[in-house]
Amino acid sequence: MMSVDDRPERLLDPSLLHDTIHTALRTGGDFAEVFVEDRRSMSALFDDGRVEELTGGRSRGAGIRVVFGETTGFAHTADLSPEGLRSAAEAASAAARDGRGGDRSVVLDDGQAPRPGAVAMMPADVPKARKVALLEEADRVARGEDDAIRQVTVRYADSRRRIQVANSDGLLTGDDQVRTLFSVSCVAAGDGGMQTGRESVGHTVGFELFDRVDVADLARRAARRAVTKLDAVPAPSGEMPVVVGPGGGGVLFHEACGHGLEADLVAKSASVFAGRRGEVVAAPFVTLVDDGTMAGEWGCYAIDDEGRPARRNVLIEDGVLTDYMWDHLRARKEGRDSSGNGRRQSYQHLPMVRMTNTFLAGGDADPDEILADTERGVYVAQLGGGQVNTATGDFVFGMTEAYLIENGRITAPIREGNLIGNGPDVLRDIDVIAGDFAMGSPGTCGKDGQGVPVGDGTPTLRVTRLTVGGTAA
Amino acid sequence: MPELLDIADHVLGWVDDGEQVEVCAVHERETEVRAYERQVEALTVAESQGVGIRVVRDGRQGFAHAGTLDLDVLAETLAEARDNVAFATPDQWCAVAEPDGVAPVELDLHRASLADHPTGAKVAAALELERLVGDADPRIVGVESAEYVDSITESAVVTTTGIRSTSRETGCYLSAYVLAGEDGETQTGFGFSIGREPGDLDPERAAADAVERATRMLGAVKPDSARLTVVLDPWVSAQFLGIVGSTLNGESVLKGRSLFADRLGEEVGASSLTLVDDPTDVAAFTATASDGEGLATRRNVLVEDGRLLRFVHNSYTGRRSGGASTGSAVRGYASTPGVGIQALALTPGTRTQAELVADVADGLLVQGVSGLHSGVNPVSGDFSTGAEGLRIRGGALAEPVREFTIASTLQKMLQDVLEVGGDLEWLPMRTAGVSLVIGDVTVSGA
Repeated sequence: MMSVDDRPERLLDPSLLHDTIHTALRTGGDFAEVFVEDRRSMSALFDDGRVEELTGGRSRGAGIRVVFGETTGFAHTADLSPEGLRSAAEAASAAARDGRGGDRSVVLDDGQAPRPGAVAMMPADVPKARKVALLEEADRVARGEDDAIRQVTVRYADSRRRIQVANSDGLLTGDDQVRTLFSVSCVAAGDGGMQTGRESVGHTVGFELFDRVDVADLARRAARRAVTKLDAVPAPSGEMPVVVGPGGGGVLFHEACGHGLEADLVAKSASVFAGRRGEVVAAPFVTLVDDGTMAGEWGCYAIDDEGRPARRNVLIEDGVLTDYMWDHLRARKEGRDSSGNGRRQSYQHLPMVRMTNTFLAGGDADPDEILADTERGVYVAQLGGGQVNTATGDFVFGMTEAYLIENGRITAPIREGNLIGNGPDVLRDIDVIAGDFAMGSPGTCGKDGQGVPVGDGTPTLRVTRLTVGGTAA
Repeated sequence: MPELLDIADHVLGWVDDGEQVEVCAVHERETEVRAYERQVEALTVAESQGVGIRVVRDGRQGFAHAGTLDLDVLAETLAEARDNVAFATPDQWCAVAEPDGVAPVELDLHRASLADHPTGAKVAAALELERLVGDADPRIVGVESAEYVDSITESAVVTTTGIRSTSRETGCYLSAYVLAGEDGETQTGFGFSIGREPGDLDPERAAADAVERATRMLGAVKPDSARLTVVLDPWVSAQFLGIVGSTLNGESVLKGRSLFADRLGEEVGASSLTLVDDPTDVAAFTATASDGEGLATRRNVLVEDGRLLRFVHNSYTGRRSGGASTGSAVRGYASTPGVGIQALALTPGTRTQAELVADVADGLLVQGVSGLHSGVNPVSGDFSTGAEGLRIRGGALAEPVREFTIASTLQKMLQDVLEVGGDLEWLPMRTAGVSLVIGDVTVSGA
């Protein structure tokens, strides 16, 4: 069997990086950076009762950024030869040109590079047949779960992303990021039409993921979710209390305030949280953290895509807004350190402020008591994606598994839909948090057309008032 | 500029007996200028390329892609695709597309003027857009982004079955995303202008739209929950059509994931609905003469006077459903050909948005939606999305409203279409927008 990772390969030689930075700054500039990326990926798709296809992918290239004053020039190339890099460096330089000319000396120091996450079983070394066997098992179990299951799609994907970052501050560092993902999607059909159920698990680890994840269990849960929803009643419409189950609620915070705490949006006054550092923005039991160091989680890494070590950043502590998230450019303007949140989708993109693993710290309430104490409302067991307008704070998130709460008890499943709220209002309206913290499903966060892997987590919590976007009175 | 056909032909030279191979090669050059506070915030000049190779042998397919045109890497990519073949389940319909005798329509989608346009003029266009927005209204307190973006894309699809297709196109747009503020409140709006060459762009219009959308939302309140007639703005109806299009996809139909799977020939919508997917319409931003398998694109009438006439197919789903491709394979180089609409539009009516609004006694003009990906399920048909817009009272636009959802089901919304406006507009997506009046939609607010 041939594997794309059999051939040992190194990213660029430090002297070549040095020369490229030198070229990038030849006509002036305050800062120059070379970001080199080598990505290998493999995915396998089981759909409609058969292995549909296996796909192998690779991409390799460098993005070069030159900052002069307020202007960033950026160019990228898939040609990593000295000529290719020189040409890209000149293009980036021309884009940011100030015309002053200059000859900065740069000394690259690679003594500081943090260690990448440990990978026990490199996915590229695992026979494809083992990956395919997981797909077949998940399909078999999902179809066997209930006669109502009509269609099953199972996807396995792994990726290895090696990066190298060098800049005119002398930084020279790198990382090796391995991620493995598995998802099961089911369609169930009944008298009332079709419903879907999905489960996914993804971690920044290798194939050892399956030592702790049982794909059969994942398949059963996806199937049961679709089948349960066949009996779903129309979702209610209007404002009511919403209880969000453990794990799922991270999306809520990601949208309600996470994006609004990104320093690039704050700097442009495009966030309702601009200028509010030090203020009380939530109840005293709310502590929100963005943590790129959570080993193995979907949004973790050793260094961000500007070469800064990942950090654990407390954004809201005991209800007080403590800090925003920062990338290098924004932090440099403020004369402070990056918080390790500068990320990019690939070498073809400019970095910007992005979340990593965003979670709400656990409280001490009993989740059963939270439900018992809720007369009427909605219980959301699994959230879908979401979207926010950071300038107004209005955000939505989808509910892919939800139930009515009647007289303190979970009753009928409800059909899918969005909930809508306003970030600052919702933070104030959280009135209780349980102690049953769990991380949620792996997500892809989109911003300005760039997608990056993110994680999130929450314990069970209640928002006293959210607008549920259903069709029932 | 590299010769994509030569590269693809080179790969085909490595083919073994008994295998079918399809090579899809893409090359793109892009410039992006972002202005902020009367300066260039970022200027990106980029060249990207890639090749996807699909191998089919004995009804099994394998695929691999690489972000390069380097022949040594492509040789490894072909080997990887071949290796992947062995793991697929045999499928009697699986094959690379065959030429189908349909001649591609000659489309003029490439403008040399864009390639020759100096970077300085692109920078000036972005700066000018930001200036126009900032000067338009004292209530504009910020510009989150003002951008000029262009691209020159070339692609080739070549197969062992005799397909050789190439395409070349240019495109550019201006977009502004602005912040309006008054009394401590902030609202946002965007505007854009698209074209094939810089001369097509209308910066005044992009600026005016962004400013109007943001300023008219100032003072927005949360509406009361109600069932109302809604008028979808073209920007919103185009996104709605994209979802409808995904349910008319031959792959979804074959795999039991389309709510219209058994409805061919039936009434699925109001009689005012005629839905045509026509990538040969040069006015469409996504116009293309050949599809992702290299077959000629064509005009496909999907729904006529409310009756479902056909689904879109690629060669696989066409064959498997007993017919043929409708020239509707969609893909990037990094994926195998899927199926999808390419340039979908409702046949427009005759009246302006203002005339449509004048007929609504109690309703809502929806100017923006959010969370379409999270609140709409194209399999079940459940539809729920965050929205903002203006209330309509007595046939006139009234107070701005925000932080509410609109909900129904896709099935019901198509039946509840009351009128299609005459203001058809191609947008930077695979669909065109038109003002669309839909009755009995649930508005969830306070």
